[in-house]
Amino acid sequence: MTPNITTMAEMAAKGEKPEILFWVGCAGSFDERAQRVSKAFAQILNDCGISFAILGSEESCTGDPAKRAGDEMTFQMQAMMNIQVLDAYEVKKIVTACPHCFNTLKNEYPDLGGNYEVIHHSTLLQQLINEGRIKLKDGGAFKGKKITFHDSCYLGRANGIYEAPRAVLEALDADLFEMKRAKKNGLCCGAGGAQMFKEAEAGDLEINHERMDDVMEIQPDVVAVACPFCMTMLRDGVKQKEQESTMEVLDLAELVVRQNG
Amino acid sequence: MSIIAFVLLSAAAIYFFAKRIVAVRRNIFLGRKETINNRSSERWAQMTRVALGQSKMVVRPVAGFFHILIYVGFVLINAEVLEIFIDGFTNQHRIFAPYLGAFYDVLISFFELLALGVIIACIVFLARRWGGLKRFKGIEMQGFPTRDAAIILIVEVILMKALFIMDAADMKLSNGEHFFLVSSWLSFWTEWFTPAQLETISHTAWWFHLVGIFAFLNYVPYSKHFHIFMAFPNTWYGSLDPAGKLNNMESVKSEVKMMMDPNANPYAAPASDAPLARLGAKDVADLSWKSLMDAYTCTECGRCTSVCPANQTGKKLSPRKIMMDTRDRLEEVGKNIDQHGMEFQDGKSLLGDYISVEEIRACTTCNACVEACPVLINPVDIIVDLRRYLTLEESNIPVEWGMMNTNIQNNGAPWKFPASDRGNWAQNNG
Ligand code: HEM
Ligand code: SF4
Ligand code: SF4
Repeated sequence: MTPNITTMAEMAAKGEKPEILFWVGCAGSFDERAQRVSKAFAQILNDCGISFAILGSEESCTGDPAKRAGDEMTFQMQAMMNIQVLDAYEVKKIVTACPHCFNTLKNEYPDLGGNYEVIHHSTLLQQLINEGRIKLKDGGAFKGKKITFHDSCYLGRANGIYEAPRAVLEALDADLFEMKRAKKNGLCCGAGGAQMFKEAEAGDLEINHERMDDVMEIQPDVVAVACPFCMTMLRDGVKQKEQESTMEVLDLAELVVRQNG
Repeated sequence: MSIIAFVLLSAAAIYFFAKRIVAVRRNIFLGRKETINNRSSERWAQMTRVALGQSKMVVRPVAGFFHILIYVGFVLINAEVLEIFIDGFTNQHRIFAPYLGAFYDVLISFFELLALGVIIACIVFLARRWGGLKRFKGIEMQGFPTRDAAIILIVEVILMKALFIMDAADMKLSNGEHFFLVSSWLSFWTEWFTPAQLETISHTAWWFHLVGIFAFLNYVPYSKHFHIFMAFPNTWYGSLDPAGKLNNMESVKSEVKMMMDPNANPYAAPASDAPLARLGAKDVADLSWKSLMDAYTCTECGRCTSVCPANQTGKKLSPRKIMMDTRDRLEEVGKNIDQHGMEFQDGKSLLGDYISVEEIRACTTCNACVEACPVLINPVDIIVDLRRYLTLEESNIPVEWGMMNTNIQNNGAPWKFPASDRGNWAQNNG
């Protein structure tokens, strides 16, 4: 099934404005695995009858990795360009499935004049479930399955969102198991701070492999994530431990779609 | 005679302490200016919760419990120090006793119980260090930092012991008029001495305690134990924003604004004629003053390093070392100023001579260290400021980061995909 997705430009041409902008992010746009998450999330928005749009080719990197690599110049140029586009479309509310985009848009754009209501897709999913707009099938695909949730740093410690993703998982009727390092104490996947885009510094171990030790203690059927970079890192970890046949790494949006699929 | 000795000693102790505080304050304000005084009611609440209320200490329950014993003991026993002080000025002994009657004994017995708690906690802390708890190890802990921890713990035990000796001797001398709980358990030895000898012992213990307190007062600001004062201002000034927010560089903002403004004249002189500040941080004076206050507040407890993903996987980065290096370098800069004046340059810097590029490159900005710190220190601010200097002033970045930044500028994504394809996923069937 292909979700029905319009761009802001298409809407504007018809004189329309969506309720909410779906900020897709670089990974959600270009990374093949993360594209599937973008589609799943768009599908949910469609199913709930939420009017939304994407920026398409008018969207550009928020500048998060540049800022964290120390390149404030590139960050601010990206931010100001994006703010011009967002303001031109009079965007008020933004949802994104990437915690890095979420953090930057919500916390760092206001200092450069970009003020929007920004929410992460885990929070929106929780709201939609609470309001009964997403109806999850009883005894769906994940009933009785063992699931663990990997907190992403930019959702958890950076912005204090620990409960929303767990509320979504609980609604699936699955058995949620916490890793020994979870919530405030959650261990990074190793991708943040622009580490995703370079080789790790010399050490004994890759951070995502260290994280896999926590996952292996639980032996879950599904490792749930809420970040495209955690997704990449943990999939690599699952591969390194040769668990591809026993464990799946899935985003919250994919879990919701699959439960009902 | 003894009043004069007392007054001279107190004056010297307070003078040297005050002098040190003035120097520390000056050093902290060598840092970059930043105004932090908004939302003051939230700041008072934060300080009350985190410093006074020890809220983050108890995340590790054993350390938290014993630390609260020391902390409460220290604060309340200071009421007894007040008496010791007044006694010193008036050449009296136990000046409060006649006014308080039987309640005086209850009060002193209570302080004694606290002192016992302090001794036990100090012994536990010593055992924990000698027992080899992993978070007290690490290259940054070799030499002085480990000695420093032991010195303070042992001195605390000795000071508390002096109190018990004084109390036990006085109890015996009072012929049943006074009863002090804990020293009564430890007073067997008073049988061995004559009243005149006990008098001397009590007096000596009094002086010993007093000199000990003054020595402690003047040692603390050179030690990690400075946290007993610094924890309070540091939690007051601690960030109230979400941890994920990195500060905005205002100096870059004006430049970017000009670049993006089609009407701006690229050849116009910079708006202000203030000398261009360095972008990012190479040395301590380039860091925010709050980062420098953080450095003086660090207790070297290693909670940050023990949860740092980079450190746990064998990288060189240790957030505790970042803080200790910042403090050590700041102390060095301060000494240079004392000896050679404000303009002196020693040719050294925080980045390079203390902290290596490899260390700061390993950080994932995961904020685990920030979350773990019981006194609201933020090592990430320092790490990012050092990265900014490398990137913006020296163009010293890994090749991959260079490509990433170029891709972001040219294609609007860290990877080399054409910007025009960004929306393609939404059209693809599948
Ligand atoms: C005002 C009286 C205080 C006293 C006498 C005191 C005393 C001590 C002592 C003796 C230690 C040494 C433990 C060791 O080295 O193993 C210590 C450690 C520590 N103190 Fe304090 N402290 C005081 C206030 C505070 C405050 C207000 C805070 C803020 C939360 C604080 C936070 C810490 C931390 C984080 C450690 C490291 C110990 C660990 O994590 O295991 N202290 N303190
Ligand atoms: S933010 Fe950086 S220094 Fe702090 S714990 Fe994470 S990786 Fe370590
Ligand atoms: S920065 Fe905080 S957590 Fe780390 S050693 Fe210092 S006081 Fe402890």
